[in-house]
Amino acid sequence: MNIDSIKNGIVIDHITAGKGMELYRLLDLESLDCPVAIIKNAQSGKLGKKDIIKVDGEANVSLDLLGYVDPGITINVIKDSELVEKKQPVLPERLTGVLKCRNPRCITTTEQELPQIFRLTDRENRVYRCLYCEAKSE
Amino acid sequence: MRSLIDINELSREEIEGLIDTAEDIIDNPAKYSDKCRGKKIATLFFEPSTRTRLSFEAAMYELGGNVLGFSEAASSSASKGESIADTVKVVSCYADIIAMRHPKEGAPLVASFNASVPIINAGDGGHNHPTQTLADLCTIRREKGKISGLTVGFCGDLKFGRTVHSLISALSRYENVKIVLISPDELKLPSYVKKDVLKAKGIEYVQTTDLSSVIGELDILYMTRVQRERFFSEEEYLRLKDSYILTEDKLTGAKKDLCILHPLPRVNEISVKIDDDPRACYFKQALYGKYMRMALIMKLLGVE
Repeated sequence: MNIDSIKNGIVIDHITAGKGMELYRLLDLESLDCPVAIIKNAQSGKLGKKDIIKVDGEANVSLDLLGYVDPGITINVIKDSELVEKKQPVLPERLTGVLKCRNPRCITTTEQELPQIFRLTDRENRVYRCLYCEAKSE
Repeated sequence: MRSLIDINELSREEIEGLIDTAEDIIDNPAKYSDKCRGKKIATLFFEPSTRTRLSFEAAMYELGGNVLGFSEAASSSASKGESIADTVKVVSCYADIIAMRHPKEGAPLVASFNASVPIINAGDGGHNHPTQTLADLCTIRREKGKISGLTVGFCGDLKFGRTVHSLISALSRYENVKIVLISPDELKLPSYVKKDVLKAKGIEYVQTTDLSSVIGELDILYMTRVQRERFFSEEEYLRLKDSYILTEDKLTGAKKDLCILHPLPRVNEISVKIDDDPRACYFKQALYGKYMRMALIMKLLGVE
């Protein structure tokens, strides 16, 4: 299967197979006007199977969000059809607007305009806690 | 400008410094009676808590300052739907420091992001209550002369008891403290507190359901109330509320210099017959809480 190579944009590579659509939704790529391709179950030497997302145009993707959802991915930045940068997201120290606090006693349940912010409290076990009430993310 | 939202924001040295100041206030009250002349504290209590509010107000009066505020959400603009951010921005115009109690967890942190004066968390739901922990630590050091090396028992509701979690966290910074956790299975200390605090800091601890079997080992016994408002069902509350009651009989096996603490209010978990026992320190603890709040108000206002 051939997908046109992109001129100016990004390629999100090494996405865990099956997570491509989830990332497409979380990154809000449907709101873009430029061409976007999701490749599912592509062959991967490292992973066996992987998903890939190609965006041929300007897209402000959140590295924090990518690092949280799928920390093994690679982001290739393409300019004038050349690979100019490779980015490797890491598990972010702080997540804003990605998770929602489920603690019914949290202040965010009554003051809903507050940004939903989570802090990484245990990198090894990928534990995030609500900035306000310290409840663990679900 | 600094606030106090969580006890862990204070270093051990700062806590020791606050206790030193509190002890100096106890010994030389006249020296402090004008320290906050012309300053005002706003006590914003979005849920009732008579003793904590009165303690803050008494602390400010004894420093020569003044007090304004409200004691329940119904008498505040929150009942009209005003946000915490707006409330504290306005109150910052009228007061030099704010003590806030709120039923929602994290509300004082939100306040601290928006106020232009220091915020003291006076309790946010089942989450933090740092000035209670300061009162507890002051009482322990004053009664025992030290904090390191003590065996501290916690009895009752260790699951929802925010004062327990905060005090355990603060004690974990002292050397050779041993923790004894006494509760029914349903109200055990949450596993994340054990993992993140006790195990992470290498603190020796034991868990038991039987107070009598361990009371003889304790230097400090911290009793807690099984709080109705922390339960989702009335049946569960009624089943567990009388689980752990301290009586004269149970005290017979205790050390002669045991120090019994309780954050108060008490319902029935400590028999009133124990109140006259020299080991009962819970009313002194309420008094020391006022002195620690005085020390804290001065520190946050930068008053020497």
